[in-house]
Amino acid sequence: MTRGPSWFNVTSLVVGFSFLYLPIVLLVIYSFNKSRLVTVWGGFSVEWYVSLLHNEQLLDAAWVTLRVAFVSASVATVLGTAAALVLVRSGRFFGRSLFSGMIFAPLVMPEVILGLSLLLLFVAMDQSRGFWTVILAHTTFAMCYVAVVVQSRLVGFDKSIEEAAEDLGCPPVKTFFLITLPIILPGVVAGWMLAFTLSLDDLVVASFTTGPGATTLPMKIYSQVRLGVTPEINAVCTILVVLVTIGVIAASLATRRQQVQKERDERTAFGAEG
Amino acid sequence: MDEPVPVRRTLGGWALIAVPYVWLLIFFLAPFLIVFKISLSQIAVAIPPYIPTFDLASGWQAFFEKLGELSFENYLWLTQDDLYWKSYISSVIIAGISTLLTLVIGYPIAYGMARSPQSLRPTLLMLVILPFWTSFLIRVYAWIGILKNEGLLNQLLLTLGIIDEPLVILNTNMAVYIGIVYSYLPFLVLPLYASLERLDGSLLEAAEDLGCPPWLAFWKITLPLSLPGVIAGCFLVFIPAVGEFVIPDLLGGSDTLMIGKTLWTEFFNNRDWPVSSAVAVILLMILVIPIILFQNQQQKIAEKEA
Repeated sequence: MTRGPSWFNVTSLVVGFSFLYLPIVLLVIYSFNKSRLVTVWGGFSVEWYVSLLHNEQLLDAAWVTLRVAFVSASVATVLGTAAALVLVRSGRFFGRSLFSGMIFAPLVMPEVILGLSLLLLFVAMDQSRGFWTVILAHTTFAMCYVAVVVQSRLVGFDKSIEEAAEDLGCPPVKTFFLITLPIILPGVVAGWMLAFTLSLDDLVVASFTTGPGATTLPMKIYSQVRLGVTPEINAVCTILVVLVTIGVIAASLATRRQQVQKERDERTAFGAEG
Repeated sequence: MDEPVPVRRTLGGWALIAVPYVWLLIFFLAPFLIVFKISLSQIAVAIPPYIPTFDLASGWQAFFEKLGELSFENYLWLTQDDLYWKSYISSVIIAGISTLLTLVIGYPIAYGMARSPQSLRPTLLMLVILPFWTSFLIRVYAWIGILKNEGLLNQLLLTLGIIDEPLVILNTNMAVYIGIVYSYLPFLVLPLYASLERLDGSLLEAAEDLGCPPWLAFWKITLPLSLPGVIAGCFLVFIPAVGEFVIPDLLGGSDTLMIGKTLWTEFFNNRDWPVSSAVAVILLMILVIPIILFQNQQQKIAEKEA
């Protein structure tokens, strides 16, 4: 659509985005509140951030969460990229619809079902629960998100470059790393980041699949929220929000710069040809 | 695809298919079968807290013997205690109302984005995606401070003199609607925006030239053409919302019945694994039709793009 925005469009955008952002902005503002009562402003203070530094349990949970997120996002990216290649490139094979079903179903499957079913699997396998079971669980649902993100990148892919490489005798694995991967890289990076934040964020699946000694940050936040709203939780949340925001903006700027660079290169190449 | 070296490519190709396939079979499909199996067993004071039903380790003979012992007691129990079926019905209703509200709020946003100048669109898109990346739990938590009786919303309305007494919103179904709409809004806006952006503007211009009023043009052209986006978005909100746990637990009240919460309580508080498995099986049966419809639609969109 190319027609200009009307006052209605502008209003709905302004109202819509205020709705999306106001709660987070308020949360951040009140993390600097001097008063212990979260909703009464008692002056500016960073004391809650300082007290976080002394909260060993919370720091432990944060460390566990980061490690879980890093490992599961990395494994999920490899599996998800492979799954995306299968979905787009492998054509028809036996059980294809089951395969794509297993990719799309976890995207909408209620977390309580995913969590419960994985827990029962680990119990059936006689696997003691903890750090690694959470990683397996997170990898499983995150790989589906990665697959969908990478798939959308693969769909608009010019296959002739790959075919050219193969005609010139480049083995498939080398073709993948030299040609396919660099082109789909923005999708793969976005997939990794999505998998990372999904894992960072997950309360339900982690609660089911974890065991002693592997309490994640969302579980910690959840148990504190149940006891009441405190400025300390606001401070933890603010740190997380800031980290994620920086990460996402940095990634998108990098992607955009790469895109611009690519377009420039292509123009130069075609210019040289002509 | 042309195959210059067919044998090696096929082998590698099969490995490429096998690895994610086997992973999903083990960690996604097999667990459902186990849930189903345990839903047919009985609760026990043991670790794990159920009496194992059929177990292939003890041979086929034992397997057939056990087959006779399968109990549908847990399912019977679900039909007898009205907590369960009330939870299912109220989950579907709450998810349905929330989906409609999300659509009503999300459509103008997606429409406004699709109508905005080209140069602004990547930024707007980014602004919709960003909250989706920040923690779900945090976004739900943020609403507690706003909706509380002495919360920011009530403070504002009292100061402005719009109300005389604080509104009770937190711990009601209203708060659950707000929570679901807020958390799932990006899921609806993104597919909707994608289908609205692709819409051919010349159709609207033609309608206008022929004297069609804007609202009729919207009704006859824009809305039908954006329908795939509407459907995809609604599925993405509705299906997970039915089984939602965090939102009803933190924002809802004690009378907010949602099946995700019931399952959680059954599992973590009552430690009744067989009954919670049965609850999960029925929930899955309720959701299987919308999930299949959603997948078919996704496949259709994917094929159209390819």
